[in-house]
Amino acid sequence: MESKRQFKDLIPWLILVVLALVPLIERNPYILHMMIMVFIWICLGQSWNLLGGFTGQVSFGHATFYGVGAYSAGLLYFHKEISTWYGMFLGPLMAMVFAVPLGLICFRLRGAYFALAMLALAEVLRLVATNWISFTNGAVGILIVPIAGKVFYYYMALALAAVSFYVIYRVVNSKWGYYFVAIREDQDAAESMGIDTTKYKLLSLLISAFFTGLAGAFYMNYLAFIDPHVVFSLVDVSIMMILVVMLGGAGTLYGPAIGAVIMVILSEVFRSYFGHANLLILGILIIFIIVFIPDGVIEIRRFLKRRTYA
Amino acid sequence: MLEVRNLTKYFGGLGAVRNLSFEVEKGQIFGLIGPNGSGKTTVFNLINGFYSPTSGEILFKGKPITGFKPNVICRKGIARTFQVVKPLSRMTVLENVMASAFCRVDSLNIAKEEALKTLEFCSLIHRKDYLAKSLTIGDRKRLEIARAIATRPEIILLDETAAGLNPTELDQAIALIKKIREQGVTILIVEHIMRVIMSISDRIHAINYGQTIAEGTPQEVANNKAVIEAYLGEAYA
Repeated sequence: MESKRQFKDLIPWLILVVLALVPLIERNPYILHMMIMVFIWICLGQSWNLLGGFTGQVSFGHATFYGVGAYSAGLLYFHKEISTWYGMFLGPLMAMVFAVPLGLICFRLRGAYFALAMLALAEVLRLVATNWISFTNGAVGILIVPIAGKVFYYYMALALAAVSFYVIYRVVNSKWGYYFVAIREDQDAAESMGIDTTKYKLLSLLISAFFTGLAGAFYMNYLAFIDPHVVFSLVDVSIMMILVVMLGGAGTLYGPAIGAVIMVILSEVFRSYFGHANLLILGILIIFIIVFIPDGVIEIRRFLKRRTYA
Repeated sequence: MLEVRNLTKYFGGLGAVRNLSFEVEKGQIFGLIGPNGSGKTTVFNLINGFYSPTSGEILFKGKPITGFKPNVICRKGIARTFQVVKPLSRMTVLENVMASAFCRVDSLNIAKEEALKTLEFCSLIHRKDYLAKSLTIGDRKRLEIARAIATRPEIILLDETAAGLNPTELDQAIALIKKIREQGVTILIVEHIMRVIMSISDRIHAINYGQTIAEGTPQEVANNKAVIEAYLGEAYA
């Protein structure tokens, strides 16, 4: 039992080592690109999952933080010719700056307010970024010259995924994590257990915004091009984040990682086979998830041999 | 220890609690009784901070706590259970109680230790790894109590802990409440089942339509004309 457990604790490290060795063998840029996208989506999935899956605060507009992160990096270069790498510091901070007032207002309330406010904020920012041409360069977007090769970005992305995974793992297994889940399960009970629900919902949002902003800033560096419709996208970012988590398993640690792998591959396949109809397929997939695997892929095993307690 | 002064709560035009005053002394088991809809749970929600009163004051250890948020009131040392139990369904029993224990400690290991002790105390230790949603109603009520105790309260508000229990479970519940008092925790209890309330309370406060109708020892209240009238109707009084 004990040795089995120790082996289980080692698995994430083994995966990390294997992933770190991949570029030594595989140099195909397309494969490396796919893996980089998977890593970005693991970070995004973990971020959304902390807030939506563990804390129970569903956000329909996490593109807000993604876009703010990406634009923080892009605008540094656009206005001041400062390297977009500094955006990796500025991006997450700016995402948190946007998160604070929204959280303070919405988390006093319960129900759909937060989800809808996020949706609205992301759309507002997309429109601002499109139309405030003097500041954001509008729909033309921001283009930079990438400074490094694929392998370098591969390791950066791997670090991004690993750090977000580890931090969220630590958070979930701490007082904060217990508080987040308690809030998800019953806010009245949580309050009467001495949990300041507004404060802890805000903390969860801040961590979530931080890593989403970080992923956004990295995206700017890696793809070297952003425009408002890419980074503030409702479907390609906000909804996709929810899908990654739902498909993998909300409120679990490994769920978003599994979801990220599947979704990145699926959306690549959909895009190449179905062209513009890929959204249609995505919609069918959502229905499929909700009907057949509401707890996500990670719970399939438990679903097959459903034997819970008592 | 806990004093309620001229407490009044209106929901629109309905006076759920009107001009209610009572005082719970340290170490007491203080019973609050009244027919259905008489405002007992509203009183709890007022003390616990879910509602803020229309007028009146609530004092805890001599200091006003009126209008504080529930989490602040809990950290001051007033814990409660819910009549309609609120288990954190998708957490295990142990995790439920740990989340509560974090009220006083920050470390995961200490919280776990405390939670295990609390579960032992509430005779719920054999269910520690069960998901809260899979518990029977008796165990759920017990979990409510365990969670309240884990916040290390000085006073605990029990809202109909005995409702829906079978006779065996009822005896166990009574024993548990007495055991809690032996730990030096003051108890304010709302209860419908007379067998429970009469056998454990030191003092009973009876209300109807949100107003006081009697207060005294269990015997005094049981023989009070207004109480009998409220429960059984005028013909029996």
